[in-house]
Amino acid sequence: MNIPHKSFPIDDAHREPLRHLLTALADDHLILGHRHSEWTGLGPILEEDIAFSSIAQDQMGHALGFYSLLHEHLDAPDPDIHAFTRQETDFSCCQLVEWPIGDYDFSLTRHLFFDLAAGLRMETLSLSNFKPLAQLATKIRGEVKYHMFHAKTMVSQLGKSSDETARARMQTAINRQFGLALGMFEPRVGEQLLDEANIAPIESKWRDRWLEALNAVLDGTGLHIPDPERIEPVYGGRRGYHTEYLQPLLNEMTEVFRLDPQAEW
Amino acid sequence: MVNPAQEPQGVAPKAPPVDAIWEALRQVMDPEIPVLSVVDLGIITGVEVSPDQSVIVRMTPTFAGCPAIRLMEKQVGEAVEQLGYTQVQVETDFSVTWNSNRISDHGREIIRHFGLAPPPKHNGEPDLDRLKHTECPYCASANTTLKTPFGPTLCRSMHYCFDCLQAFEQFKPV
Repeated sequence: MNIPHKSFPIDDAHREPLRHLLTALADDHLILGHRHSEWTGLGPILEEDIAFSSIAQDQMGHALGFYSLLHEHLDAPDPDIHAFTRQETDFSCCQLVEWPIGDYDFSLTRHLFFDLAAGLRMETLSLSNFKPLAQLATKIRGEVKYHMFHAKTMVSQLGKSSDETARARMQTAINRQFGLALGMFEPRVGEQLLDEANIAPIESKWRDRWLEALNAVLDGTGLHIPDPERIEPVYGGRRGYHTEYLQPLLNEMTEVFRLDPQAEW
Repeated sequence: MVNPAQEPQGVAPKAPPVDAIWEALRQVMDPEIPVLSVVDLGIITGVEVSPDQSVIVRMTPTFAGCPAIRLMEKQVGEAVEQLGYTQVQVETDFSVTWNSNRISDHGREIIRHFGLAPPPKHNGEPDLDRLKHTECPYCASANTTLKTPFGPTLCRSMHYCFDCLQAFEQFKPV
């Protein structure tokens, strides 16, 4: 994309915290987008194959948007270089997005957890004092609305299913990855500074709104979340500590790129 | 402010160059709906001609991950260059957010003729529940169902009409 380099003034104290925020957002969308794309050709029904493939494509677009902000405003390299040449420990995605796609119930639940959080994040960020981010968030918000529409429809159908196995599998998928989901809200370096400047709230504020919204989504579906007080959040991803699943994914994702990093596409 | 005394006298008024550029852009089509121009699609957000005859065309993508945006940037640039301008810059950003209300009435008709249901207009926030009863572009029945809010391109959803028994697609409201 031929994006003009209009630098927006950023207070020196906010540069590092903003870099952490944008990298976390970009890496989350890149990695989960890649995971979702693994459903292409394998979806349980054609419509779900198309849905996960489309969401994956949206998320690549979102990742590109965040990497572009880092490039234009915070001296990060070109988005392709940034996305495809870093070491595993330089990635700050949460561990939730790294896990293999597993069965459909696992991927669907992860899609619900992630897009519910993404929708809330974009809603807040569309009012950010860092205007380039506010503009991007406004754009992404309209797209995530479709993701949530899809997630809610499918989760509700399976939760209300007369098939006991379907309900049990959904509930198990929720229980199994709840700690990973709470890990999406690992505190970021310097988050308090960005909160005070009305650039982005601290993660715990997003987590509280997410829990509330998640309960509302599951209400009436027969599914429920475990007690968040009793579940240990899986932190570490934002600081470069990852599962054994990330490095193989990065190897595969960058395989073609590494053949010729300078290739013109 | 222009001093009227300095305006040239007796010269026939010429169409402003900006209008000619907009007209040329009506010939650039969305590669995914090749009968719909980028102007009717509503993705051109500004055209500026500087006194030195350099041109800036501003665009905004329909979807952040739209794979056609680079091709459209190239075609937009070429369309302006064909008018004789040598310094043409096409800039894509999110300073204006595209939404489906930006599609012109003419564009909606073209979309319908193409076989897609056009997106209903909304007040800023589309009501996605309405997708469940999208009007069939073939027989105008509302006795339809949503198969999936996604489709063959990022901007389409897939539906089925119970009256004419046809599957159809909608250009999604965003």
